Amino acid sequence: MAIDLDAVFSALADPTRRAILARLTQGDAPVAALAAPFRMSQPAVSRHLKVLEEAGLISRTRQATARISHLEAQPLLEATAWLAEYQRFWDERYGQLDELLHRLQQTQRKEQKP
Amino acid sequence: MSKTQIDAPAGVPFVDITREFDAPLELVRRAWTDPDLVKQWLGPRKYEMVIEQWDARAGGAYRYIHRDDAGNEFGFHGVFHSNDPDNMVQTFEFEGMPGHVSLDRLQLEDIGGGRTRSHIHSVFQSLEDRDGMVQAGMGDGVNEGFERLDELLAKMPLPVG
Repeated sequence: MAIDLDAVFSALADPTRRAILARLTQGDAPVAALAAPFRMSQPAVSRHLKVLEEAGLISRTRQATARISHLEAQPLLEATAWLAEYQRFWDERYGQLDELLHRLQQTQRKEQKP
Repeated sequence: MSKTQIDAPAGVPFVDITREFDAPLELVRRAWTDPDLVKQWLGPRKYEMVIEQWDARAGGAYRYIHRDDAGNEFGFHGVFHSNDPDNMVQTFEFEGMPGHVSLDRLQLEDIGGGRTRSHIHSVFQSLEDRDGMVQAGMGDGVNEGFERLDELLAKMPLPVG
């Protein structure tokens, strides 16, 4: 499945949803367990879970009466790889520009001195 | 924390890249417009950088090539539309994705103390183009494993409950 990076970034833009993902790295969990750390109703948490599910960041299965959320790591890896690669590219490019600007300024100073 | 701030907002095919340099505006501008200087920083370290053309005037064109050790070449070209320091506008096309052209605006701002802020605003034709541009050159980035996921989540602020 193609990953919708945009949906992933939108989903990650919310601190509650990031906290839910962090909790799910410890293992699968039902809604009640995910809602416990927040001053938030279970339906409110369920809405966040729906956003995460639509972004492909979690999957949900039913066990008896509970819906269990499971972290799907791949979209998150791709999303962070996307930004990380962009960051690395520009850091390297601008690092080289820093060095060049430094050299140019040193040359200018030498030329200004008699 | 990187000195380069990159924003890829959701839902719009833009990327904003902001960075401050410890050099006066005129020098930063020269580094962008003089091909002898551009050659020294624009290409990735691991590639040889060949500038075929770099005519940084309104209507002028550019083309450059990154060449790796195996002789593979990656070409890029475009046209400069404006060359004012506060509005340097150019098109950008990676020849590996022909027809997918982005429009880049570079603004240089004197922030005092001999320092310059550079801000690039890139407009892509679609979100797919924006994300594909990076993925085209991404290599092994995706497969680096779960450590990065843990690092990412560890850095994220938890809401106060």
